Amino acid sequence: MTREMIIAGFGGQGVMAMGKTLIEAGLKEGYNVSWVPSYGPEMRGGTANCSVVISDEPIGSPVVTQPTELIAMNGPSLSRFEPLVEPGGLILVNSSQVENPSCRHDVRCYLVPCMEEAGKLGNFRVANMVMLGAYIKATGAVRMDTIKEMLGAIFYGPKAHLVALNIRALEAGAKYAE
Amino acid sequence: MQKELWKGNEAIAEAAIRAGCRAYFGYPITPQNEIPEYMSKHMPKAGGVFVQAESEIAAINMVYGASATGVRAMTSSSSPGISLKQEGISYLVGANLPAVIVNMMRGGPGLGTIQPGQADYFQATRSPGHGDGHMIVLAPSGIQEAADLIRDAFELADKYLTPVMLLADGMIGQMMEPIIWKETSPLPEVDKPWAADGRDGDGKTHFVSSLRLESDVNERFVLSLKDRYAKIARDEVRYKSIGCENADLVIAAFGTTARIAQSAARKLDEEGLKVGLFRPITLWPFPYDALAEIAARDSVKAVLTVEMNLGQMHEDVRLAICGSKPTPFYGRTGGMVPEPRHIADKVRDILREMEL
Repeated sequence: MTREMIIAGFGGQGVMAMGKTLIEAGLKEGYNVSWVPSYGPEMRGGTANCSVVISDEPIGSPVVTQPTELIAMNGPSLSRFEPLVEPGGLILVNSSQVENPSCRHDVRCYLVPCMEEAGKLGNFRVANMVMLGAYIKATGAVRMDTIKEMLGAIFYGPKAHLVALNIRALEAGAKYAE
Repeated sequence: MQKELWKGNEAIAEAAIRAGCRAYFGYPITPQNEIPEYMSKHMPKAGGVFVQAESEIAAINMVYGASATGVRAMTSSSSPGISLKQEGISYLVGANLPAVIVNMMRGGPGLGTIQPGQADYFQATRSPGHGDGHMIVLAPSGIQEAADLIRDAFELADKYLTPVMLLADGMIGQMMEPIIWKETSPLPEVDKPWAADGRDGDGKTHFVSSLRLESDVNERFVLSLKDRYAKIARDEVRYKSIGCENADLVIAAFGTTARIAQSAARKLDEEGLKVGLFRPITLWPFPYDALAEIAARDSVKAVLTVEMNLGQMHEDVRLAICGSKPTPFYGRTGGMVPEPRHIADKVRDILREMEL
Protein backbone atom coordinates (compact mmCIF):
# COMPACT_ATOMS: atom_id res chain seq x y z
CA MET A 1 0.00 0.00 0.00
CA THR A 2 1.20 3.48 -0.82
CA ARG A 3 0.08 6.54 1.13
CA GLU A 4 0.68 9.78 -0.70
CA MET A 5 0.05 12.77 1.53
CA ILE A 6 0.09 16.52 1.40
CA ILE A 7 0.40 18.33 4.71
CA ALA A 8 -0.22 22.06 4.39
CA GLY A 9 -0.69 25.14 6.55
CA PHE A 10 0.83 28.44 7.61
CA GLY A 11 4.57 28.62 8.11
CA GLY A 12 5.10 28.03 11.84
CA GLN A 13 2.23 25.57 12.37
CA GLY A 14 4.61 22.65 12.41
CA VAL A 15 3.57 21.33 9.03
CA MET A 16 7.10 20.28 8.02
CA ALA A 17 7.70 18.73 11.45
CA MET A 18 4.52 16.66 11.15
CA GLY A 19 5.77 15.24 7.86
CA LYS A 20 9.23 14.51 9.25
CA THR A 21 7.76 12.82 12.32
CA LEU A 22 5.60 10.60 10.12
CA ILE A 23 8.43 9.48 7.85
CA GLU A 24 10.69 8.80 10.80
CA ALA A 25 7.98 6.63 12.35
CA GLY A 26 7.37 4.99 8.97
CA LEU A 27 11.08 4.23 8.62
CA LYS A 28 11.16 2.70 12.12
CA GLU A 29 8.29 0.43 11.11
CA GLY A 30 10.12 -0.71 7.99
CA TYR A 31 8.32 1.29 5.30
CA ASN A 32 9.90 3.13 2.40
CA VAL A 33 9.43 6.83 3.00
CA SER A 34 10.12 10.20 1.38
CA TRP A 35 9.52 13.82 2.33
CA VAL A 36 9.71 16.83 0.04
CA PRO A 37 9.11 20.34 1.37
CA SER A 38 7.73 23.20 -0.66
CA TYR A 39 10.62 25.63 -0.72
CA GLY A 40 9.18 28.55 -2.62
CA PRO A 41 8.95 32.16 -1.44
CA GLU A 42 5.59 31.24 0.10
CA MET A 43 7.48 29.83 3.07
CA ARG A 44 8.07 33.34 4.37
CA GLY A 45 4.88 34.05 6.27
CA GLY A 46 2.48 32.39 3.84
CA THR A 47 1.50 28.78 3.32
CA ALA A 48 3.94 25.90 3.48
CA ASN A 49 3.43 22.29 2.53
CA CYS A 50 5.24 19.02 2.25
CA SER A 51 4.73 15.85 0.23
CA VAL A 52 5.04 12.65 2.23
CA VAL A 53 5.05 9.13 0.81
CA ILE A 54 4.88 6.05 3.03
CA SER A 55 4.86 2.80 1.12
CA ASP A 56 5.71 -0.87 1.27
CA GLU A 57 6.98 -0.57 -2.32
CA PRO A 58 10.02 1.34 -3.60
CA ILE A 59 9.06 5.00 -3.98
CA GLY A 60 9.16 6.39 -7.51
CA SER A 61 7.92 9.93 -7.56
CA PRO A 62 8.39 11.68 -4.21
CA VAL A 63 6.22 14.56 -5.39
CA VAL A 64 2.58 14.17 -4.49
CA THR A 65 0.13 15.72 -6.95
CA GLN A 66 -2.93 13.51 -6.33
CA PRO A 67 -2.84 12.86 -2.60
CA THR A 68 -4.63 9.94 -1.04
CA GLU A 69 -4.53 11.90 2.21
CA LEU A 70 -4.56 15.63 2.98
CA ILE A 71 -3.96 17.45 6.23
CA ALA A 72 -5.08 21.08 5.91
CA MET A 73 -4.06 23.25 8.85
CA ASN A 74 -5.65 26.43 7.45
CA GLY A 75 -8.27 27.65 4.99
CA PRO A 76 -6.01 28.51 2.03
CA SER A 77 -4.47 25.02 2.21
CA LEU A 78 -7.87 23.36 2.18
CA SER A 79 -9.02 25.43 -0.82
CA ARG A 80 -5.84 24.72 -2.72
CA PHE A 81 -5.44 21.00 -2.15
CA GLU A 82 -8.98 19.68 -1.49
CA PRO A 83 -9.82 19.37 -5.22
CA LEU A 84 -6.67 17.26 -5.80
CA VAL A 85 -7.46 14.50 -3.29
CA GLU A 86 -8.19 11.10 -4.86
CA PRO A 87 -11.84 10.03 -4.62
CA GLY A 88 -12.16 7.75 -1.60
CA GLY A 89 -9.25 9.56 0.03
CA LEU A 90 -9.00 11.23 3.40
CA ILE A 91 -9.01 14.88 4.46
CA LEU A 92 -8.26 16.15 7.95
CA VAL A 93 -9.07 19.79 8.58
CA ASN A 94 -7.87 21.99 11.42
CA SER A 95 -11.35 23.32 12.11
CA SER A 96 -9.96 25.92 14.55
CA GLN A 97 -8.60 27.88 11.63
CA VAL A 98 -11.04 27.20 8.84
CA GLU A 99 -14.29 29.15 8.73
CA ASN A 100 -17.32 27.00 7.87
CA PRO A 101 -15.24 23.90 7.19
CA SER A 102 -16.87 21.54 4.73
CA CYS A 103 -15.46 18.66 2.75
CA ARG A 104 -16.09 16.88 -0.51
CA HIS A 105 -18.61 14.07 -0.19
CA ASP A 106 -16.50 11.46 -1.99
CA VAL A 107 -13.76 11.45 0.66
CA ARG A 108 -13.52 10.60 4.34
CA CYS A 109 -13.29 13.83 6.32
CA TYR A 110 -12.44 14.63 9.93
CA LEU A 111 -12.67 18.06 11.53
CA VAL A 112 -10.12 18.51 14.30
CA PRO A 113 -10.16 21.67 16.45
CA CYS A 114 -6.39 21.61 16.92
CA MET A 115 -6.02 25.03 18.51
CA GLU A 116 -8.82 24.53 21.05
CA GLU A 117 -7.41 21.19 22.12
CA ALA A 118 -3.87 22.56 22.29
CA GLY A 119 -5.19 25.54 24.26
CA LYS A 120 -6.82 23.17 26.78
CA LEU A 121 -3.40 21.58 27.26
CA GLY A 122 -1.93 25.04 27.87
CA ASN A 123 0.40 25.15 24.87
CA PHE A 124 -0.72 26.16 21.36
CA ARG A 125 2.51 24.77 19.94
CA VAL A 126 1.23 21.20 20.24
CA ALA A 127 -1.63 21.91 17.81
CA ASN A 128 0.24 19.92 15.16
CA MET A 129 0.53 16.96 17.52
CA VAL A 130 -3.22 17.07 18.08
CA MET A 131 -3.64 16.77 14.31
CA LEU A 132 -1.03 14.02 14.11
CA GLY A 133 -2.95 12.06 16.75
CA ALA A 134 -6.12 12.36 14.69
CA TYR A 135 -4.29 11.33 11.51
CA ILE A 136 -2.77 8.23 13.06
CA LYS A 137 -6.09 7.21 14.58
CA ALA A 138 -7.87 7.74 11.25
CA THR A 139 -5.35 5.85 9.11
CA GLY A 140 -3.27 3.53 11.23
CA ALA A 141 -0.44 4.54 8.92
CA VAL A 142 1.99 4.11 11.78
CA ARG A 143 1.49 2.97 15.37
CA MET A 144 0.85 5.57 18.05
CA ASP A 145 3.43 3.79 20.22
CA THR A 146 6.13 4.36 17.61
CA ILE A 147 5.54 8.12 17.81
CA LYS A 148 5.46 8.01 21.60
CA GLU A 149 8.82 6.23 21.68
CA MET A 150 10.26 8.84 19.31
CA LEU A 151 9.15 11.66 21.62
CA GLY A 152 11.42 10.30 24.31
CA ALA A 153 14.39 10.66 21.98
CA ILE A 154 13.42 14.21 20.91
CA PHE A 155 12.63 15.65 24.34
CA TYR A 156 15.07 14.77 27.10
CA GLY A 157 16.91 16.49 29.93
CA PRO A 158 15.30 19.84 30.73
CA LYS A 159 12.74 19.25 27.98
CA ALA A 160 11.68 15.82 29.24
CA HIS A 161 8.38 17.20 30.60
CA LEU A 162 7.31 17.88 26.99
CA VAL A 163 6.97 14.15 26.34
CA ALA A 164 3.84 13.90 28.48
CA LEU A 165 2.38 17.08 26.98
CA ASN A 166 2.87 15.77 23.44
CA ILE A 167 1.37 12.41 24.31
CA ARG A 168 -1.70 14.16 25.75
CA ALA A 169 -1.94 16.19 22.52
CA LEU A 170 -1.79 13.04 20.38
CA GLU A 171 -4.51 11.43 22.50
CA ALA A 172 -6.70 14.54 22.42
CA GLY A 173 -6.52 14.55 18.61
CA ALA A 174 -7.22 10.83 18.31
CA LYS A 175 -10.66 11.34 19.88
CA TYR A 176 -11.76 13.31 16.81
CA ALA A 177 -11.05 10.44 14.45
CA GLU A 178 -12.85 7.65 16.26
CA MET B 1 24.02 -0.72 9.24
CA GLN B 2 21.01 1.32 10.11
CA LYS B 3 18.96 3.43 7.76
CA GLU B 4 18.99 7.12 8.62
CA LEU B 5 16.83 9.94 7.30
CA TRP B 6 18.87 12.58 5.51
CA LYS B 7 18.02 15.65 3.51
CA GLY B 8 19.72 15.50 0.11
CA ASN B 9 21.87 18.60 0.47
CA GLU B 10 23.04 17.61 3.94
CA ALA B 11 23.78 14.04 2.88
CA ILE B 12 25.92 15.37 0.03
CA ALA B 13 27.89 17.61 2.38
CA GLU B 14 28.35 14.82 4.94
CA ALA B 15 29.38 12.37 2.20
CA ALA B 16 32.03 14.82 1.00
CA ILE B 17 33.50 15.18 4.48
CA ARG B 18 33.45 11.40 4.97
CA ALA B 19 35.20 10.91 1.62
CA GLY B 20 38.04 13.15 2.75
CA CYS B 21 37.10 16.56 1.35
CA ARG B 22 38.89 19.10 3.52
CA ALA B 23 38.18 22.37 1.73
CA TYR B 24 34.77 23.76 0.83
CA PHE B 25 34.12 27.15 -0.73
CA GLY B 26 30.67 28.38 -1.63
CA TYR B 27 28.23 31.19 -2.03
CA PRO B 28 24.55 30.87 -1.11
CA ILE B 29 21.83 30.15 -3.64
CA THR B 30 18.53 28.25 -3.41
CA PRO B 31 17.98 25.26 -3.60
CA GLN B 32 21.38 24.13 -2.31
CA ASN B 33 21.90 26.34 0.75
CA GLU B 34 21.95 23.43 3.18
CA ILE B 35 25.27 22.33 1.64
CA PRO B 36 27.26 25.42 2.71
CA GLU B 37 25.24 25.58 5.94
CA TYR B 38 26.18 22.00 6.83
CA MET B 39 29.77 22.53 5.74
CA SER B 40 30.09 25.66 7.87
CA LYS B 41 29.15 23.64 10.92
CA HIS B 42 30.88 20.32 10.28
CA MET B 43 33.91 21.00 8.07
CA PRO B 44 35.88 22.79 10.83
CA LYS B 45 35.20 19.83 13.17
CA ALA B 46 36.76 17.55 10.54
CA GLY B 47 39.85 19.75 10.52
CA GLY B 48 38.98 21.23 7.14
CA VAL B 49 38.40 24.69 5.75
CA PHE B 50 35.05 26.34 5.12
CA VAL B 51 34.87 29.73 3.44
CA GLN B 52 31.75 31.57 2.40
CA ALA B 53 33.28 33.39 -0.53
CA GLU B 54 32.30 36.85 -1.75
CA SER B 55 30.96 35.38 -4.99
CA GLU B 56 30.62 32.14 -6.94
CA ILE B 57 33.62 33.16 -9.03
CA ALA B 58 35.75 33.62 -5.93
CA ALA B 59 34.58 30.25 -4.60
CA ILE B 60 35.60 28.28 -7.70
CA ASN B 61 38.97 30.02 -7.78
CA MET B 62 39.49 29.14 -4.12
CA VAL B 63 38.80 25.53 -5.16
CA TYR B 64 41.54 25.93 -7.78
CA GLY B 65 43.95 27.22 -5.16
CA ALA B 66 43.15 24.53 -2.61
CA SER B 67 43.27 21.74 -5.18
CA ALA B 68 46.63 23.03 -6.45
CA THR B 69 48.03 22.34 -2.98
CA GLY B 70 46.80 18.74 -3.20
CA VAL B 71 43.81 18.92 -0.83
CA ARG B 72 40.42 17.46 -1.80
CA ALA B 73 38.30 20.52 -2.56
CA MET B 74 34.67 21.14 -3.43
CA THR B 75 32.16 23.83 -4.24
CA SER B 76 28.43 23.78 -4.85
CA SER B 77 25.85 26.05 -6.37
CA SER B 78 22.72 26.09 -8.47
CA SER B 79 22.29 26.91 -12.14
CA PRO B 80 22.93 30.71 -12.31
CA GLY B 81 25.85 30.30 -9.90
CA ILE B 82 27.32 27.49 -12.00
CA SER B 83 27.28 29.80 -15.03
CA LEU B 84 29.49 32.14 -13.01
CA LYS B 85 31.83 29.29 -12.12
CA GLN B 86 32.36 28.19 -15.71
CA GLU B 87 35.51 30.23 -16.23
CA GLY B 88 37.06 28.67 -13.13
CA ILE B 89 36.01 25.16 -14.16
CA SER B 90 37.73 25.65 -17.52
CA TYR B 91 40.87 26.71 -15.65
CA LEU B 92 40.67 23.57 -13.49
CA VAL B 93 40.53 21.51 -16.69
CA GLY B 94 43.41 23.48 -18.15
CA ALA B 95 45.53 23.00 -15.03
CA ASN B 96 44.78 19.25 -14.61
CA LEU B 97 43.22 19.86 -11.24
CA PRO B 98 40.82 17.48 -9.46
CA ALA B 99 37.73 19.08 -7.91
CA VAL B 100 34.11 18.26 -7.15
CA ILE B 101 31.37 20.66 -8.15
CA VAL B 102 27.74 20.16 -7.18
CA ASN B 103 25.03 21.72 -9.34
CA MET B 104 21.62 21.51 -7.67
CA MET B 105 19.79 22.63 -10.78
CA ARG B 106 16.85 25.04 -10.86
CA GLY B 107 14.86 26.28 -13.83
CA GLY B 108 16.45 28.82 -16.18
CA PRO B 109 17.40 30.72 -18.23
CA GLY B 110 18.57 33.72 -16.26
CA LEU B 111 17.44 33.78 -12.65
CA GLY B 112 14.47 31.67 -13.78
CA THR B 113 12.76 29.80 -10.97
CA ILE B 114 14.14 28.35 -7.75
CA GLN B 115 12.19 25.12 -8.36
CA PRO B 116 13.85 21.91 -9.63
CA GLY B 117 15.05 21.85 -13.24
CA GLN B 118 17.33 19.84 -15.55
CA ALA B 119 18.13 22.44 -18.16
CA ASP B 120 21.87 22.62 -17.47
CA TYR B 121 22.51 19.29 -19.21
CA PHE B 122 24.13 20.92 -22.22
CA GLN B 123 26.21 23.23 -20.04
CA ALA B 124 27.47 20.29 -17.98
CA THR B 125 28.04 17.72 -20.72
CA ARG B 126 29.12 19.70 -23.77
CA SER B 127 31.77 21.87 -22.25
CA PRO B 128 32.32 22.90 -18.66
CA GLY B 129 33.62 26.27 -19.86
CA HIS B 130 35.57 27.57 -22.83
CA GLY B 131 38.11 25.39 -24.63
CA ASP B 132 38.28 21.71 -25.55
CA GLY B 133 37.46 20.41 -22.12
CA HIS B 134 35.10 18.02 -20.41
CA MET B 135 34.31 16.99 -16.90
CA ILE B 136 32.80 13.76 -15.65
CA VAL B 137 29.10 14.38 -14.89
CA LEU B 138 27.29 12.14 -12.41
CA ALA B 139 23.49 12.25 -12.05
CA PRO B 140 21.93 10.70 -8.93
CA SER B 141 18.22 9.87 -8.81
CA GLY B 142 17.95 9.62 -5.04
CA ILE B 143 19.73 10.57 -1.86
CA GLN B 144 21.50 7.26 -1.30
CA GLU B 145 22.93 7.48 -4.76
CA ALA B 146 23.86 11.15 -4.32
CA ALA B 147 25.86 10.30 -1.20
CA ASP B 148 27.52 7.31 -2.88
CA LEU B 149 28.37 9.29 -6.00
CA ILE B 150 29.99 12.13 -4.06
CA ARG B 151 32.55 9.64 -2.76
CA ASP B 152 33.05 8.29 -6.27
CA ALA B 153 33.35 11.86 -7.59
CA PHE B 154 36.37 12.58 -5.39
CA GLU B 155 37.92 9.28 -6.38
CA LEU B 156 37.40 9.92 -10.10
CA ALA B 157 38.65 13.49 -9.82
CA ASP B 158 41.93 12.32 -8.29
CA LYS B 159 42.25 9.37 -10.67
CA TYR B 160 41.85 11.44 -13.85
CA LEU B 161 42.95 14.86 -12.57
CA THR B 162 39.71 16.42 -13.69
CA PRO B 163 36.79 18.33 -12.26
CA VAL B 164 33.76 16.10 -11.63
CA MET B 165 30.24 17.49 -11.43
CA LEU B 166 27.41 16.00 -9.42
CA LEU B 167 24.42 17.15 -11.45
CA ALA B 168 21.20 16.95 -9.45
CA ASP B 169 18.18 19.17 -9.04
CA GLY B 170 16.32 21.03 -6.31
CA MET B 171 14.19 17.98 -5.62
CA ILE B 172 17.18 15.82 -4.69
CA GLY B 173 18.59 18.69 -2.65
CA GLN B 174 15.45 19.34 -0.67
CA MET B 175 13.91 15.91 -0.15
CA MET B 176 14.49 13.52 2.76
CA GLU B 177 14.92 9.79 2.31
CA PRO B 178 16.44 6.97 4.33
CA ILE B 179 20.04 6.15 3.46
CA ILE B 180 22.75 3.83 4.70
CA TRP B 181 26.31 5.07 5.16
CA LYS B 182 28.16 2.27 3.45
CA GLU B 183 31.74 3.51 3.53
CA THR B 184 32.98 4.72 6.85
CA SER B 185 36.65 5.41 6.14
CA PRO B 186 37.92 8.32 4.05
CA LEU B 187 39.31 7.63 0.59
CA PRO B 188 42.98 6.66 0.67
CA GLU B 189 45.41 9.52 0.28
CA VAL B 190 46.61 9.93 -3.30
CA ASP B 191 50.18 10.88 -4.10
CA LYS B 192 50.15 14.26 -5.83
CA PRO B 193 53.76 14.92 -6.84
CA TRP B 194 52.65 17.96 -8.85
CA ALA B 195 51.06 19.78 -5.90
CA ALA B 196 52.26 23.27 -4.99
CA ASP B 197 52.38 22.45 -1.31
CA GLY B 198 55.40 24.40 -0.14
CA ARG B 199 57.72 21.48 0.71
CA ASP B 200 59.81 23.82 2.87
CA GLY B 201 61.79 25.27 0.00
CA ASP B 202 63.22 21.88 -1.00
CA GLY B 203 63.07 20.45 -4.47
CA LYS B 204 61.77 21.74 -7.75
CA THR B 205 59.29 24.63 -7.86
CA HIS B 206 55.79 23.49 -8.75
CA PHE B 207 53.75 25.78 -10.92
CA VAL B 208 50.07 24.92 -11.45
CA SER B 209 48.83 26.85 -14.44
CA SER B 210 46.59 26.57 -17.49
CA LEU B 211 48.62 29.05 -19.57
CA ARG B 212 50.54 27.55 -22.50
CA LEU B 213 51.75 30.40 -24.67
CA GLU B 214 53.33 28.14 -27.26
CA SER B 215 50.54 26.77 -29.40
CA ASP B 216 52.21 23.43 -30.10
CA VAL B 217 52.61 22.89 -26.36
CA ASN B 218 48.95 23.74 -25.88
CA GLU B 219 47.93 21.36 -28.64
CA ARG B 220 49.94 18.55 -27.06
CA PHE B 221 48.11 19.23 -23.81
CA VAL B 222 44.68 19.22 -25.48
CA LEU B 223 45.55 15.97 -27.28
CA SER B 224 46.52 14.47 -23.92
CA LEU B 225 43.08 15.46 -22.65
CA LYS B 226 41.57 13.71 -25.65
CA ASP B 227 43.37 10.48 -24.76
CA ARG B 228 42.26 10.80 -21.14
CA TYR B 229 38.66 11.38 -22.18
CA ALA B 230 38.76 8.32 -24.42
CA LYS B 231 39.93 6.26 -21.43
CA ILE B 232 37.17 7.72 -19.23
CA ALA B 233 34.58 6.97 -21.93
CA ARG B 234 35.86 3.39 -22.10
CA ASP B 235 36.14 2.67 -18.36
CA GLU B 236 33.78 4.89 -16.43
CA VAL B 237 30.40 4.77 -18.16
CA ARG B 238 27.57 4.02 -15.74
CA TYR B 239 23.87 3.48 -16.24
CA LYS B 240 20.92 1.47 -14.94
CA SER B 241 18.43 -0.29 -17.14
CA ILE B 242 15.26 -1.53 -15.51
CA GLY B 243 12.72 -3.78 -17.20
CA CYS B 244 14.18 -3.26 -20.68
CA GLU B 245 13.98 -6.98 -21.55
CA ASN B 246 11.17 -7.44 -24.10
CA ALA B 247 10.02 -3.85 -23.48
CA ASP B 248 7.60 -2.34 -26.01
CA LEU B 249 8.99 1.07 -25.28
CA VAL B 250 12.00 2.32 -23.34
CA ILE B 251 11.99 5.63 -21.44
CA ALA B 252 15.35 7.37 -21.20
CA ALA B 253 15.52 9.73 -18.25
CA PHE B 254 18.04 10.87 -15.63
CA GLY B 255 17.92 12.06 -12.02
CA THR B 256 14.59 12.97 -10.45
CA THR B 257 12.76 12.51 -13.75
CA ALA B 258 13.96 8.90 -13.96
CA ARG B 259 12.29 7.91 -10.70
CA ILE B 260 9.07 9.61 -11.78
CA ALA B 261 9.28 7.76 -15.11
CA GLN B 262 9.70 4.54 -13.13
CA SER B 263 6.41 5.22 -11.35
CA ALA B 264 4.82 5.70 -14.78
CA ALA B 265 6.36 2.44 -16.03
CA ARG B 266 4.97 0.55 -13.02
CA LYS B 267 1.51 2.01 -13.69
CA LEU B 268 1.69 0.98 -17.38
CA ASP B 269 2.91 -2.48 -16.44
CA GLU B 270 -0.36 -3.02 -14.55
CA GLU B 271 -2.14 -2.31 -17.86
CA GLY B 272 -0.03 -4.91 -19.64
CA LEU B 273 2.27 -2.46 -21.42
CA LYS B 274 5.93 -3.34 -21.08
CA VAL B 275 7.88 -0.15 -20.51
CA GLY B 276 11.57 -0.19 -19.64
CA LEU B 277 13.66 2.55 -18.09
CA PHE B 278 17.15 3.46 -19.22
CA ARG B 279 18.83 5.77 -16.72
CA PRO B 280 22.28 7.17 -17.49
CA ILE B 281 24.24 7.78 -14.28
CA THR B 282 27.23 9.25 -16.09
CA LEU B 283 25.80 11.95 -18.35
CA TRP B 284 29.33 12.52 -19.56
CA PRO B 285 30.56 10.08 -20.70
CA PHE B 286 27.09 9.16 -21.99
CA PRO B 287 26.29 5.43 -22.22
CA TYR B 288 25.81 5.49 -26.01
CA ASP B 289 26.66 1.84 -26.65
CA ALA B 290 24.46 0.44 -23.90
CA LEU B 291 21.46 2.46 -25.05
CA ALA B 292 22.09 1.55 -28.70
CA GLU B 293 22.14 -2.13 -27.78
CA ILE B 294 18.83 -1.88 -25.89
CA ALA B 295 17.17 0.20 -28.61
CA ALA B 296 18.21 -2.34 -31.25
CA ARG B 297 16.15 -5.12 -29.63
CA ASP B 298 13.20 -6.26 -31.76
CA SER B 299 10.54 -5.65 -29.12
CA VAL B 300 11.49 -1.99 -28.59
CA LYS B 301 9.28 0.17 -30.80
CA ALA B 302 10.52 3.56 -29.62
CA VAL B 303 12.75 5.28 -27.06
CA LEU B 304 10.99 8.14 -25.29
CA THR B 305 13.20 10.75 -23.64
CA VAL B 306 11.70 12.52 -20.61
CA GLU B 307 13.48 15.50 -19.04
CA MET B 308 12.84 18.72 -17.14
CA ASN B 309 14.04 20.76 -20.12
CA LEU B 310 13.05 21.12 -23.74
CA GLY B 311 15.23 18.36 -25.18
CA GLN B 312 18.89 18.25 -24.14
CA MET B 313 19.72 14.66 -23.22
CA HIS B 314 17.36 13.94 -26.11
CA GLU B 315 20.29 14.81 -28.42
CA ASP B 316 22.48 12.15 -26.81
CA VAL B 317 19.67 9.61 -27.06
CA ARG B 318 19.32 10.38 -30.77
CA LEU B 319 23.09 10.14 -31.23
CA ALA B 320 23.04 6.72 -29.57
CA ILE B 321 20.16 5.41 -31.65
CA CYS B 322 21.16 6.99 -34.98
CA GLY B 323 17.66 6.95 -36.43
CA SER B 324 17.18 3.18 -36.15
CA LYS B 325 14.06 3.65 -33.97
CA PRO B 326 11.69 6.56 -33.35
CA THR B 327 12.86 8.88 -30.54
CA PRO B 328 9.89 10.90 -29.23
CA PHE B 329 10.31 13.45 -26.47
CA TYR B 330 8.36 14.68 -23.46
CA GLY B 331 9.73 17.61 -21.49
CA ARG B 332 8.61 20.10 -18.90
CA THR B 333 10.58 23.07 -17.64
CA GLY B 334 11.86 24.12 -14.22
CA GLY B 335 9.38 23.55 -11.41
CA MET B 336 6.83 21.86 -13.65
CA VAL B 337 7.92 18.44 -12.42
CA PRO B 338 6.40 15.83 -14.75
CA GLU B 339 3.76 13.63 -13.16
CA PRO B 340 3.71 9.84 -13.61
CA ARG B 341 0.23 10.00 -15.19
CA HIS B 342 1.37 12.54 -17.80
CA ILE B 343 4.33 10.37 -18.76
CA ALA B 344 2.01 7.34 -18.89
CA ASP B 345 -0.41 9.26 -21.17
CA LYS B 346 2.46 10.12 -23.49
CA VAL B 347 3.58 6.47 -23.65
CA ARG B 348 0.05 5.28 -24.45
CA ASP B 349 -0.28 7.91 -27.19
CA ILE B 350 3.01 6.88 -28.77
CA LEU B 351 2.21 3.17 -28.75
CA ARG B 352 -1.32 3.79 -30.07
CA GLU B 353 -0.02 5.93 -32.92
CA MET B 354 2.56 3.31 -33.84
CA GLU B 355 -0.08 0.61 -34.10
CA LEU B 356 -2.01 2.64 -36.68
